[in-house]
Amino acid sequence: MDIPRYWRLRNQRYKLEGSRCKACGKLFFPPRQICTKCKKREMEPYRFSGRGTIYSYTTVYQTSERFEKQLPSIFAIVKLEEDVLVTAQLADIQEWAVKIGMEVKMVVRKIYEEKQTGPIMYGYKFRPLIDVD
Amino acid sequence: MNKVAIVGTGQTPVREHWELPIRHLAVEALLNALNDNNHAVTPQSIYVGNMLSGALSEQEHLGALIADYAALEGTEAVKVEAACASGGAAFRQAVYAVASGTVDSAAIVGVEKLTEMSGKNSSSALATAADADYETSLGLSFVAINALIMRRYMYEYGYEKEDFAYFPAIAHNNAQQNPNAMFHFAFDKEQYRKSKMIADPINLLDSSPIADGAAAAIVVPLEKARKMTNKYVTVEACEVGTDTLALDNRKNPIYLKAVERSTLKAINTAGMNHKNIDFFELHDAFSIITSLSLEASGFCRIGEAIKEVQTGRFNIDGQLPITTHGGLKGRGHPVGATGMYQIVEAVQQLMETAPSALQLDDASVGMAQNIGGSGATVITTLLKRTG
Repeated sequence: MDIPRYWRLRNQRYKLEGSRCKACGKLFFPPRQICTKCKKREMEPYRFSGRGTIYSYTTVYQTSERFEKQLPSIFAIVKLEEDVLVTAQLADIQEWAVKIGMEVKMVVRKIYEEKQTGPIMYGYKFRPLIDVD
Repeated sequence: MNKVAIVGTGQTPVREHWELPIRHLAVEALLNALNDNNHAVTPQSIYVGNMLSGALSEQEHLGALIADYAALEGTEAVKVEAACASGGAAFRQAVYAVASGTVDSAAIVGVEKLTEMSGKNSSSALATAADADYETSLGLSFVAINALIMRRYMYEYGYEKEDFAYFPAIAHNNAQQNPNAMFHFAFDKEQYRKSKMIADPINLLDSSPIADGAAAAIVVPLEKARKMTNKYVTVEACEVGTDTLALDNRKNPIYLKAVERSTLKAINTAGMNHKNIDFFELHDAFSIITSLSLEASGFCRIGEAIKEVQTGRFNIDGQLPITTHGGLKGRGHPVGATGMYQIVEAVQQLMETAPSALQLDDASVGMAQNIGGSGATVITTLLKRTG
């Protein structure tokens, strides 16, 4: 497993922490070193609220070995309320219920488990704000 | 800057070449190009376009390896990587080298061997074209990223899944006449509708296949080409545009900004306009990418590529034929080789050496466009017939 990557990205994967340009206020997820808008290098951490709506989605039937056990899985691009897009898996929802525009919120869930004895990697997923049955 | 011409091309058939190693495929295409039209060119430098030799053949350092096995030991040779646009990127470097006057002949070979390991291994390796930290390590496949684009496109412009069948149908129709193509069968709407779903709404018939192959070309200064032969094609432009790797970092994920950037640069460099372009070898990795390429290149209004394809405009006998030898979908998509297959096929159209059923009448300018990732690197080349 990619332990250094897992550790390095903990603030993004658990807290949805991106960055904010102190000069012009533009928000980024993931964090960046330089503002793509005003080109200043004055970035500070910014934690996104985790609320948003579904911009697009797909149900995946084929994937790499690591994620095969989870098939079929649903992925979405979520438009956060701060007007930044983020891509993640959806949780607690069936394919038939997913709609573009649906309100979702971020939750921390298991991304994958490396074999039986390996570490478990957690990270952000999104689930419906209001339960759908 | 010297004007640059292509004086030779070569290719291997696109297949699952279980019996051939990556070096053999590359050398075969390279030697065919060096000896094309009865020349015997000794290139001063070699550019190898390849994405995954390290991941799948456990072989990097392709430049020197291929120079050695092509009996060109000692020649300058390097590998160029830009995901699925590696072939086009290598071509660009060769054009640079010749245009600058640094060398007076250069060879480009795009090569890929995707069947060395299991299909799952190849899919994981291909996904390294996307953002590792924020896309693939979360479980997103490369097909899924394209499916996210397609779903949003359908939503914004009001299309149904079946509307996309026209693009792979054109590719398969043309591939049937190309002996080097991977697929030699046509399909109907019913088969498209029943095709296995990979990442909804993308099914198997929307997706270009994993394949092996190599394609090569030789470039020299135009002055030298004139002395050598009357069979050559000029490189009017070869321009690169880039965009964010991660799809969700784009202001508009259903518009390929890098396609627009590279096309506009190429058209400006060549001093042409869209009406000068007779055919378009585009990068149809998935059906949705055909739509987005046609739109961002400026051949269709945004959201209208699917309406246009229904008029027959992009058929082999239409006003702007696309994927004339089958494209990525029908010819096959050996990723790092794909950009060079596009160039070789465009040269065949312009030199009138295409298979007779695919040969266009009086084509004088062809455009080839190679896309890396889901639109992060785009290389657009304009080629012109002489005489």
